[in-house]
Amino acid sequence: MAVEERAPARATPAAAPRWVHGVLLVVESFWRWYRRNWRATAVSSVLQPLLFLLAFGLGFGSLIATRPGAEAATGGVPYLVWLAPALLAMSTVQSAAFEMTYPVLSGFKWQRVYLGMAATPLTGAQIALGHLVWVAAKMTLTGAVYLVLIAVFGGAASIGVLGSLGAAVLTGAAVAAPVMAFSASREDEGAAFNALFRFVVLPMTLFSGTFFPVAALPAWVQPLAWISPLWHGTELARAAALGTGTAGAVLGNLTYLLALLAVGVWLSVRLFTRRLAP
Amino acid sequence: MVQARDLRKRFGAFEAVRGIDVDVAQGEVFGFLGPNGAGKSSTMRMIACVSPRTSGSLQVLGMDPDRDGPRIRARLGVVPQLDNLDTELSVRENLEIYGRYFGLPRRHVRAKAAELLEFARLTERAEDRVEPLSGGMKRRLTIARSLVNDPDLLLLDEPTTGLDPQARHLLWERLYQLKREGVTQIITTHYMDEAEQLCDRLVVMDGGVIVAEGSPAELIERWSTREVLELRFAPADRPGAADLERHAERVEMLPDRALLYTADGERSQAALHSAGLRPLSALVRRSTLEDVFLRLTGRTLVD
Ligand SMILES: Nc1ncnc2c1ncn2[C@@H]1O[C@H](COP(=O)(O)OP(=O)(O)O)[C@@H](O)[C@H]1O
Ligand SMILES: [Mg+2]
Repeated sequence: MAVEERAPARATPAAAPRWVHGVLLVVESFWRWYRRNWRATAVSSVLQPLLFLLAFGLGFGSLIATRPGAEAATGGVPYLVWLAPALLAMSTVQSAAFEMTYPVLSGFKWQRVYLGMAATPLTGAQIALGHLVWVAAKMTLTGAVYLVLIAVFGGAASIGVLGSLGAAVLTGAAVAAPVMAFSASREDEGAAFNALFRFVVLPMTLFSGTFFPVAALPAWVQPLAWISPLWHGTELARAAALGTGTAGAVLGNLTYLLALLAVGVWLSVRLFTRRLAP
Repeated sequence: MVQARDLRKRFGAFEAVRGIDVDVAQGEVFGFLGPNGAGKSSTMRMIACVSPRTSGSLQVLGMDPDRDGPRIRARLGVVPQLDNLDTELSVRENLEIYGRYFGLPRRHVRAKAAELLEFARLTERAEDRVEPLSGGMKRRLTIARSLVNDPDLLLLDEPTTGLDPQARHLLWERLYQLKREGVTQIITTHYMDEAEQLCDRLVVMDGGVIVAEGSPAELIERWSTREVLELRFAPADRPGAADLERHAERVEMLPDRALLYTADGERSQAALHSAGLRPLSALVRRSTLEDVFLRLTGRTLVD
C-alpha cells in the first residue's frame, strides 16, 4: 500500500496538547476504562457504604434511639441523620485510599499505563493531576449515588446534604493526593499498603467522629483526631447537613483539607515527574 | 532526525551510556545492536525524551529534549521494550485512547484505529480485551499504537524479543512496509539477524560505548571474513587453537565449538582433513554480525 492510502492526513499538526487539555485527556482515558469495567468497582464503592448505612444507621441506630444521652450527643437529631454525612465522608476517604494505592503502583510497575502516557506529549504533572481529577470525579459520582440511597432510607434531613457531598469529595481528594504521592514513591510490590490500611486508614475511620463524637474518647486521644483529615471532613459534612458549624470551625477544617490537598498534589507531581523520567 | 554528541547517562554511580555519537538521517532504519546491559534502552529513552541525559548534546527532530520534550514526543512513535498496553481495554480502545493522548480529534482517532487494526492484522480481534492476546499480537498492537500520531520518527526497543519465529517474521514484514513508506526508524536488538534484515546502518554497542558503525555488509566486510567454518569436536580430541590457526585467518574457541574465519570454508575444511583433524561436525556458513560482535568484544551476543 502507498503512503497516501494508508495515512489519512493528520487532522491537526502533531503538537503537544495545551496544559489543562492534557489533564482532561488523562481523565477521559480513565473514564473510558471505567465505562467498560465499572461493575468490578461498583461493589466496593457503593455497596460497602450502603452496608455501613444499614448496619450502623438503621441497626445500631435503633438500639441507641431509646437511650438517654444519645440525643444530646447527636445534637437532637436522629442517629441516622447525624451519621449519614459522616458516612459520606468516610466512603470517599476509603475509596481514595483504595484508588490511589494499587492502581497507582500498577501504573508504574505492573500495567505500566503511566509509562505509555509518558511517551506521548503528556507530562508527569498532567498524568498525576489527571488521575487525581478522575478519582475526585468518580468520588462525586458514587457519592451522589450514595446520597440518593441515604435519602431513600431517611438519612437526609435537609438540602444541606449536598454540601456534605462537596465536603466529602474535598476530604477524599485531600486524602487521595498524599496517598498518591506515597504510592508513587514505592518500589516494592505494595507491601507497605497493608500497613497504610491497617495503621492509618482503619484507625482514621474509627476515631474521626464518624460513629460517635470524638468527645467520647479519652482526652489524650482527642488531639489525634485533629490531625485526621476525615475528622475535619466529618465536621464539615455535618456542619453542612445539620447547619451546626461556626464560621471559624468551618474555615479551620477547610484550610486543613486544602493544605493537605496542596501538599499532596505538589508531592505527587514531583514524584511522578521524577519516576517517569529517571 | 537525531544527532547525539558525547551523550552520557548515569544512574547513581553507574554510567550506562558512556559518551556516544549518533547521527540518524531521514528515511533510514538505524540500529543499535548489542547484548543485554549494553545501554541500548537507556539511549532509546533519552531519544524518546522520557529520560533526561546526564551530559553531552542531543537533538531530536531539531529540538532539545530538555527544553521541548512534549513537542518532540508529539512527533515520535515509541515501542518500549516492555509492553504497556491497557490489558483491561479492548484492542481498539487501546488505539483510540492512545491517539487521544496526542490531542487528536475523536473522529480522526476512530478512523486511524480502524486503519491500524488492518495494518497490524488485528481487525478480527478489535473488540477483544488485550489481556488474553498472544505475545506476538500484543507486540503488533504496540507497534500499531506507536503509529497512531503518524510519527516522523519511530523508536522500537527490541521489537521482537521473546516472539516465536513466525510472529517475528510478520513483524519484520510490517516494519519493512513502514520503511518503504519512508518512516525513519531506530531499532535496538540483540538479534544479529534482525539487525541484518532491517537496518540500513547500525552501531554495535557494548558496555555503554559504540564499538563499530556501518551498514551490516560494511561491518561484516571490515571485521570478519567472507565465510566461517564451524567445528565441533569430541572433548577428547579437541585440538588447540594453534593447530587450527594454520588453516584460517582467525580462530575463535567457544566452549562448545570452534569458529574458523576464512575466505573459503570448503578449502579450509579440506586442509584440516589432510592434517588429520577429525571434527564431529563441520559447517560452512557466511559471516554474520554475530561474528563481528565476537571479533570486537570477544563475547557472543546472546548467551
Ligand atoms: N533506571 C535505572 N536505574 C539504574 N540502573 C539502570 C536503570 N536503567 C538501566 N540501568 C542499568 O544500565 C545498564 C544498561 O541498561 P539498558 O540501557 O537497559 O541496556 P540494554 O537495553 O542494552 O539491555 C544496565 O546495567 C542496567 O542495569
Ligand atoms: Mg534494553
